[in-house]
Amino acid sequence: MAKGGFREAKGDLRIEDVTKSFGDFTAVDDLTLVVPRGSFFALLGPSGCGKTTTLRMVAGLEQPTRGRILIGDTDLTGSRPYERPVNTVFQSYALFPHLTVRDNVAFGPKRRGEKDAQRLADEALNLVQLPHLASRKPTQLSGGQQQRVAVARALVNRPEVLLLDEPLGALDLKLRRQMQVELKRIQTEVGLTFIHVTHDQEEAMTMADTVAVMNLGRIEQMGPPAQMYDLPSTAFVANFVGQSNLGQGRITGRDGDFVVVDVNGSTVKIPSARCAVTSGEVLFGIRPEKVHLARSSDIDAAIRDRKVAFGDDMRATVLDVSFIGVATQYLVRVPSGATWSVYEQNLDVDPIDLKPGDPVWLEWDPAHAFGVAADGTPIPGITPAPGQDAP
Amino acid sequence: MSSPSMTVPNSGPRGAQPAGAVYRPSFGRRVSAWIADRFAMIVAILVLLYLFTPVAYTFVFSFNNYHKSNITWNPEGSPTLKHWKNPCGAPGVCDALVTSLQVGFIATVAATVLGTLLAFALVRYRFPGRGAGNVLVFVPMATPEIVLGASLLTIFVQGFVRVGLRLGFWTIVIAHIMFCLSFVVVTVKARLLSLDPRLEEAASDLYAGPGSTFWKVTFPLVLPGIVGAALLAFSLSFDDFIITNFVSGNVTTFPKFVYVSYLRGIPAQANVIGFSLFLFAVTLVVLGQVIGSARKPK
Amino acid sequence: MSALAHVGSASAAPTPGAADETAKRGRFLPYLLLLPGGLWLIIFFVVPLVQLFTVSLQSRFPEYPGYYYRDVNVKNYWSALTEFAPHFGRSLLFAGLATFFAFCLAYPLAYAMAFKAGRWRGLMMICVIAPFFTSFILRTIAWRQILADEGPIARIANALHLLPNGHITETWIAVVAGLTYNFLPFMVLPIYASLERADPRVIEAGGDLYANGFTTFRTVTLPMSMPGVLAGTLLTFIPAAGDYVNAELLGSDRSTKMVGNVIESQFFKVPDGYPTAAALSFTLMALILGMVFLYARKFGTEDLL
Repeated sequence: MAKGGFREAKGDLRIEDVTKSFGDFTAVDDLTLVVPRGSFFALLGPSGCGKTTTLRMVAGLEQPTRGRILIGDTDLTGSRPYERPVNTVFQSYALFPHLTVRDNVAFGPKRRGEKDAQRLADEALNLVQLPHLASRKPTQLSGGQQQRVAVARALVNRPEVLLLDEPLGALDLKLRRQMQVELKRIQTEVGLTFIHVTHDQEEAMTMADTVAVMNLGRIEQMGPPAQMYDLPSTAFVANFVGQSNLGQGRITGRDGDFVVVDVNGSTVKIPSARCAVTSGEVLFGIRPEKVHLARSSDIDAAIRDRKVAFGDDMRATVLDVSFIGVATQYLVRVPSGATWSVYEQNLDVDPIDLKPGDPVWLEWDPAHAFGVAADGTPIPGITPAPGQDAP
Repeated sequence: MSSPSMTVPNSGPRGAQPAGAVYRPSFGRRVSAWIADRFAMIVAILVLLYLFTPVAYTFVFSFNNYHKSNITWNPEGSPTLKHWKNPCGAPGVCDALVTSLQVGFIATVAATVLGTLLAFALVRYRFPGRGAGNVLVFVPMATPEIVLGASLLTIFVQGFVRVGLRLGFWTIVIAHIMFCLSFVVVTVKARLLSLDPRLEEAASDLYAGPGSTFWKVTFPLVLPGIVGAALLAFSLSFDDFIITNFVSGNVTTFPKFVYVSYLRGIPAQANVIGFSLFLFAVTLVVLGQVIGSARKPK
Repeated sequence: MSALAHVGSASAAPTPGAADETAKRGRFLPYLLLLPGGLWLIIFFVVPLVQLFTVSLQSRFPEYPGYYYRDVNVKNYWSALTEFAPHFGRSLLFAGLATFFAFCLAYPLAYAMAFKAGRWRGLMMICVIAPFFTSFILRTIAWRQILADEGPIARIANALHLLPNGHITETWIAVVAGLTYNFLPFMVLPIYASLERADPRVIEAGGDLYANGFTTFRTVTLPMSMPGVLAGTLLTFIPAAGDYVNAELLGSDRSTKMVGNVIESQFFKVPDGYPTAAALSFTLMALILGMVFLYARKFGTEDLL
């Protein structure tokens, strides 16, 4: 297999038809993926979805059961971690406790026989703004500082691909936000390929150029964050990336550029270009902040005055109101029995004075709706939790 | 903190109290908490005093100006420093000490090397025979020393004499390596198992091959465990009497010297040496702790 | 002690491949690492035990004292066990008592070290270990002098008429006290280790739920320290049951001899005693290993070992 030491390789990272099984369990299922050189790529998914296994295979810490992993045209399959131009920032940092910060960072360059390993280490520590802590031991650092050292230790090697395995998971929220900006800055500065594994969709969307959502060993959807949020292509993505209001429906016909869907007696429209199915069962979806909410009496008056509502609408009942500063979140029950949420920005000084039990109208622009295949997986919000059916 | 309604169903003894004593539980609880708070500490200090009593005795009687045997305190001329000035004054005591130190040193080095190798094999590899290996390491620790001594004596007398091995220095060393080995394995194993496997992965990720991963990361991190194991092995070897007594022939180690001279009365030089070793070891441990805590983060 | 070992294994769980990988890399390496130590244990532990076993079945030449022939003489066991049954009983009884007393003394000490000592913890740890740097024999003989009839403790006890026959030494009390003393740290250290790993907040929560100090101790603290208690009992009982030095130095000739004393004197003092001594040794070992095994089965202490 792979003998002959370190491999120089440049180019895009290519994962070709890779499968990884542990006994009966398939962690990664026939995965094919190209990460362009110099991009910030996020692998997003719930725990156990295979994202960390994918990362470990790129690092060389696991070998794929089938398939190939290449950088540019160099096949790295079967080579050892120390033979690959790939470095990892480990989840718990895995800093060497017996070495100083500087020696931790200089570890890689020294192993590669760099003569000025110490100078490279100091440069890397400058990049993460920790030069003053170089002679400390890792246990004497805070979590955020350890995280920066781990980044420096990987970056100092100028790897072709830098892997980040949930690197911010152990940090508190504020520090995490700060490190997200920091990592993005570093990535732009050094221009290396970053692959970031996370289960935090917000983190993935903030930092990455491209996000791939993984589930059960497969990639569900891949694309730029905004595009993925705007138009999820599966029910899983619709729920995992942001929140979605979903309704189980059936396509009943077409109306120009729209398909017409019947969701429990309410007729709604989805742009044909935004609907993943063309006939039969469909999951209708709309993001909470795209839905507007009005008092029933106002709308009833508007309809009486022949003022036509601007889009699709639906009756609902308020279940819960929570004020969250910039917005107010409403939980409402729609006729199908599902619970939807609605975000109203608090633009007025006086927020809408609604309380649980009030009847309301929901309205939205049909252009914002999307349709995904009803793949039978239970969807929160559609399958109401027991007890929610009480009148 | 706890509502009374929760204490009633759960506390049997208190439930049996007369109904009129409404305030007594809280008062009683305060008293019992006060006692409980200090009880453990008081008992602990008494137990520590108990542990130190014979050491103190040994120390005091190293200053005894005795005539025939160092059993009763002779007020005339005591305390005296004469035994401290001449610790080798009693015949054979320093020879025994030197033998013990030599045996301890050789046995420690050998047991530490062999035991560390064993621990690595048992922790780091899955191979047929691993379970048997674990049993082989464990059973000597669960075997009474007297059985170890008796079986070794049997084999030395009946088997090894034929290859020219007589009871004496080397049979002591062999026996000590054997019984220290298991303790070394257990100590190093514990250290190895508590090692974060990601550290070695990180080393490998940072271009360290198997060799430099071992020498630059694994070994330095396991080293404290190995040092601890060596100290344990030395103290076990140095203090062993039962096994040594079986396999030593006419060679005398320090514990054997004390035991044998007990009938005639132990010379105060033995007290001097015993207490000096105690002081030396305590100094070592205290230094180790001080250095350890100085290195720790604030 | 080794119960500490199992902390790290959990963190390895999410990477099942890592262990396999290392395992695959060396087919012969583990055996190479195992070889020297394993051989040493086989040659100087297993083989001697087998030899001891054959000796225990040997028969004497009646006409040549001191000479034996290979045999399967099970009678050795029978006669050794009938003749020395009281000694066996005493060994188990004394070791059991010593283990119990050691537990009673060790638990408060370990508890205080783990929860009450604060910054004195390190010092207390040194204090537990330190006395054991003075020779075991030297300390036992010191006890003999301290407990002797003319010593302060016996005098006070006699003044209070606490001692039926006026002595502490030469009685079982001194032997059990000596055994308790000598193996106490083996009880303290594992209990301390398991208490130290316990989260004090759990005990606080227990105090919150049960309110009663003793109930908290019984339902929360004690179960949490159970692995340490189990390890400590084994580490105390095993050496105590095989000990003969305490009985020799602190006991009397008649009523306090333990099985270890018999084995020792059969080996060194009684002509033709080898088969009997071997049979006794082997029985003692089988008994203790059997107990350890049952104990481990019953309390599930495989992890400890």
